[in-house]
Amino acid sequence: MKFGVVVFPGTWSDRDCGWVIDQVLNQDLTYLWHKDTDLKGCDCVILPGGFAYGDYLRTGAIARFAPVMEKIGEFADRGGLVWGICNGFQVLCEAGLLPGALIRNASLEFRCQWSHLLVERTDLPFTSRCDDGEVLRVPISHGEGNYFADPATLSKLEQRGQVVFRYCDAQGRVLPGANPNGSLHNIAGIVNARGNVLGMMPHPERCAEAELGGADGLKLFRSVAESAFKVLVS
Amino acid sequence: MIARVIVTPKAVVNDPQGITVKQGLAALGFREVTDVRVGKYIEVSLDASTEHEARQRVEEMCRQLLANHVIEDFRFELQRDGHR
Repeated sequence: MKFGVVVFPGTWSDRDCGWVIDQVLNQDLTYLWHKDTDLKGCDCVILPGGFAYGDYLRTGAIARFAPVMEKIGEFADRGGLVWGICNGFQVLCEAGLLPGALIRNASLEFRCQWSHLLVERTDLPFTSRCDDGEVLRVPISHGEGNYFADPATLSKLEQRGQVVFRYCDAQGRVLPGANPNGSLHNIAGIVNARGNVLGMMPHPERCAEAELGGADGLKLFRSVAESAFKVLVS
Repeated sequence: MIARVIVTPKAVVNDPQGITVKQGLAALGFREVTDVRVGKYIEVSLDASTEHEARQRVEEMCRQLLANHVIEDFRFELQRDGHR
């Protein structure tokens, strides 16, 4: 499995993702510059966290016009695995690869803390190593992670089972008090209808080794690495 | 031509900045305030031969970049240069 990690000016979680991929999991890794127009044969493209283009205007608003994004859109259309984490999720929403938008946290505070996530889909290449209803402990680190979609879009997401992760308490109960940012329906991560484009606000790359206080995030990277999902890409 | 673009959060979108400013105004004694919405003001200078053309172009700019239709509404007015 070859992973590509996209680097925009202002991206900051690229090396953390890269570390998990090549040092922890010993998988092929290449970094993709925002000006690249070739995805270098990657099977999975990760859009990592940070502040691409300074998050000017809106989070992800400028990044979506980067040359690499056009290729990523085509790659997703062909069924390629695309995984947006934090800022990457915001970019995917701006690019229209995922529905909805991420707005300012309800508290107006930047939240950097551990969160619990209820895993609602385990049939995806991103979550195949998780158990149904498993609770993952993964940190968040964002000021704009408050998921919003209009009522029709939201009900479609729910009906189609596109909510992959929901903020919950340590026991897996989805409660308002477990919601760190005001996201509708406690949404922490969603997938497109086809199941190959995932966006999530929490940072699995920051909890992929026990030394970091938890290794639940490694399950997601391992899922992708071991997925039999092979993509025919040029 | 100058376009003065105003982008505001849609009415259905929760606006925590607006709520906080409203609370601040109430704390200052402005109890008549019933709602506050915080948006963005963007000035775009552009070359256009007619106002109609400018209007079409700015409309496109708003749709493609300046506003996110999922969460924001936009409106703008045009002014000829030299009347700022």
